[in-house]
Amino acid sequence: MPETSFDLIVVGGGPGGYVAAIRAAQLGMKTAVVEREQLGGICLNWGCIPTKALLRTSEINHLLHHLDQYGFTAKDVSFDMKKIVERSRKVAKQLSDGVKFLMRKNKIEVFDGHGKLAGKGKLAVTKDGKAAAELAAKHIILATGARARSLPGLEPDGKLIWTYKEAMVPDRLPKSLLVVGSGAIGIEFASFYRNLGSEVTVVEVLDRVLPIEDEEISAFARKSFEKQGMKIHTSTQVKELKKSANSVTATLAAGDKTSTIAAERVVLAVGIVGNVEGLGLEGTKVRVEKTHIVADEWLATDEPGIYAIGDVVGPPWLAHKAMHEGVICVERIAGLNTAHPLDVTNVPGCTYCMPQVASVGLTEKQAKAQGHEVRIGRFPYIANGKAIALGETEGLVKTVFDAKTGALLGAHMIGAEVTELIQGYAIARTLESTEQELIETIFPHPTLSEMMHEAVLDAYGRAVHI
Amino acid sequence: MPIQVLMPALSPTMTEGNLAKWHKKEGDAVKAGDVLAEIETDKATMEIEAVDEGTLGRIIVPEGTQGVKVNAPIALILGEDEDPKALEQVKAKPALAPTATTPSPGEPSGRPSPPAKREGEGAVAPPKPAPAPRAGNGHAAGERIFISPLARRLAHQAGLDPARLGGSGPHGRIVKADIEAAVASGGAPRAAAPAARPPAAAPLGAPSALPSYRKEQVIALAGNPPYTEVPINAMRRVIARRLTESKQTVPHFYLTVDCDIDKLLEARAAIAAAAEVKVSVNDFVIKAAALALRKVPEANASWSEDAILRWNAVDIAVAVALDDGLITPIVKNADQKGLAQIAAEMKDLSARARTGKLKLTEFQGGTFSISNMGMFGVKEFAAVINPPHGCILAVGVGEQRPVVKNGALAVASVMSCTLACDHRVVDGAVGARYMQVFKKLIEAPATMLL
Repeated sequence: MPETSFDLIVVGGGPGGYVAAIRAAQLGMKTAVVEREQLGGICLNWGCIPTKALLRTSEINHLLHHLDQYGFTAKDVSFDMKKIVERSRKVAKQLSDGVKFLMRKNKIEVFDGHGKLAGKGKLAVTKDGKAAAELAAKHIILATGARARSLPGLEPDGKLIWTYKEAMVPDRLPKSLLVVGSGAIGIEFASFYRNLGSEVTVVEVLDRVLPIEDEEISAFARKSFEKQGMKIHTSTQVKELKKSANSVTATLAAGDKTSTIAAERVVLAVGIVGNVEGLGLEGTKVRVEKTHIVADEWLATDEPGIYAIGDVVGPPWLAHKAMHEGVICVERIAGLNTAHPLDVTNVPGCTYCMPQVASVGLTEKQAKAQGHEVRIGRFPYIANGKAIALGETEGLVKTVFDAKTGALLGAHMIGAEVTELIQGYAIARTLESTEQELIETIFPHPTLSEMMHEAVLDAYGRAVHI
Repeated sequence: MPIQVLMPALSPTMTEGNLAKWHKKEGDAVKAGDVLAEIETDKATMEIEAVDEGTLGRIIVPEGTQGVKVNAPIALILGEDEDPKALEQVKAKPALAPTATTPSPGEPSGRPSPPAKREGEGAVAPPKPAPAPRAGNGHAAGERIFISPLARRLAHQAGLDPARLGGSGPHGRIVKADIEAAVASGGAPRAAAPAARPPAAAPLGAPSALPSYRKEQVIALAGNPPYTEVPINAMRRVIARRLTESKQTVPHFYLTVDCDIDKLLEARAAIAAAAEVKVSVNDFVIKAAALALRKVPEANASWSEDAILRWNAVDIAVAVALDDGLITPIVKNADQKGLAQIAAEMKDLSARARTGKLKLTEFQGGTFSISNMGMFGVKEFAAVINPPHGCILAVGVGEQRPVVKNGALAVASVMSCTLACDHRVVDGAVGARYMQVFKKLIEAPATMLL
């Protein structure tokens, strides 16, 4: 008979939830996690991790088609989509099993089922419609995540019109693909399918791709994607999707001009809605605004004892933000005075397309809009020794400094491995470095990271290698 | 040869400063790390430490001297076994000149300001650079101050001495937010520094306007009982600094009056019945206090060394208790606002104060403060003036008390209010007149409509 009374229950075993649970266990709380699908949540099972496995595949495919550049010749290079998807699923499974192990290791009780608030400090767990457990805890964290948004006229059917979930497990490579939405999710799928050889068209309602990134990076990315043969329509709306046997015809509207485009498959990536249904919020003071739970800086909702973290709280919808919120929330509950509220401007954002995009802090435009007088630094990949040696000369590193204080307001990167590099600037921001400390930091030679140094130097008119 | 101690620059832009105090006398032995003197500018006060060992041979610039130029020699230190006669050979000039147009007598004109830089072979010893100014009150001299690079730069730009600030970052590290909070809460140097170290305190030679024990001393004095340490956040530092400063430097006196609030309660009930708005007793107090300031403008004023500043606007700062301190959001132009508006503003301000969402302009400033402890059942109390305000009104609970009316014992709702006045600004008679007017308004709330 499992225990039913806990110090803390986390509803949802995604990256936010399981990290919160582990932190709580580390702090000596008796902790439970309720998960209705798989531990690891969307991130591990249907998001960050399996897509990275797929993108690795497409990156290798890209290299295989440029082997002569490195002195190789190879004939009859081909791939088996089934095996590619299998590998991606295996990677996801391995990590989900890893989370199971972590739960056991930390003596966290895992309940398989759907959790629903059932009165003060109570949570009812049901599995397949049947009551599975009645749990009680002083503190309950809702970490139920989010799911793809569907717009009227743009509903996925799982066969011709996909969300991320179907796009991750194709049975074969579609000849042509229409991607609706050019945020991180849309662009990653566009990049994956394009690099394997699909004809890819991206439609974005805003005036640029990756619209939350710095404008210069967006423009750079668009150019790269188009060079790879991607077709991009910005400031364009998908009005209608008409299905036939094995293809979809989309009606696009740009201003008052309409056109049609046919594609074998469509991927919808038009945003995210929070999973707030069926949680028993009705009888509580928990507020829901625009499908997201309202929580304060310590992730507490308006109902005492109920907290919410991660995607269900709102953007940025990123696993690492959820994990961090989980830790903050639990440490606050535990009364640790080292806990600090999250500064969202310090949350780095990464898109694993080709070339990769990564950023932290304010864009140039945002910085100016907030009244900062800025100093901008730039450094291109083409001028970096390591980038040339790698054969990855397409990219740019850009820094935004406050001209008065030398605060690093933002950093924006596009190019090979920038998702691994951005943490350097994130640390600089967390430590509140000024340009001086960054200038005095010794970056090893030859590395891509030297560009980060140069982009700082450039903001102060001191770039060496350009 | 004697070593010159030079006037240090506390910031790259500093050209001159004041020699606030000497910690050593002529003839005192000094060793490296000893605090020699305190230097102040309009922005900050810093201690200077000795870097060499020896004897303080001569003080060139006496205590209290204003406008000492950066790099001017301020003292001479004799090395071990050095003959005091060596002092005579040093022709360093005090360089007190407040302006550049009057070079000190004997000093060759056109000489660059860093003195004696290339005179090493003469009678003058090559001057050692003055020791780096370090640490102030919050930190022991020489103790490392943990501060983020950005916070250090912001503190410098704001002219704040980081050593006086508390850090809210990891392990007490001072971060950007602490500097912003210090600036926001009036820690801004030009306003606070003169108050923190009023010239009047100089004769006493107090090493610091804020004598305060270090942790170890307090524990020892208390007899080593077990204890829990509660970290001091930026807000607590500001409360400690400003209120200590107020109690130590502002001559407080107190006036208490009892107000009969039966009519006020009736009016409040009538408003509640007629309108949708809920007006509290405190809203009436804010309104009455503001109107009374209009009628007795002498009380709506602040002290400065140059003049008493009588404020044109009546902005009432109202103390709101927070979990970890207090804050005083401001009802601006309260004399011109109706009760409903005051009630609505107070509700909004205190709600946002409790969630930390107030804007800087909403809690910085004000011309008069009110602190109400009625909800805690406090009968009456005396509050500490919140500088630069001239007065603070402390409001007690409204309760039924026996009173004498027309020679007979009766029951009335009575609220005691105590005005704390800065005697430099508000004399007893002025304060009394203010309380008279205030009492009249409270007791006949209809007159607030006039």
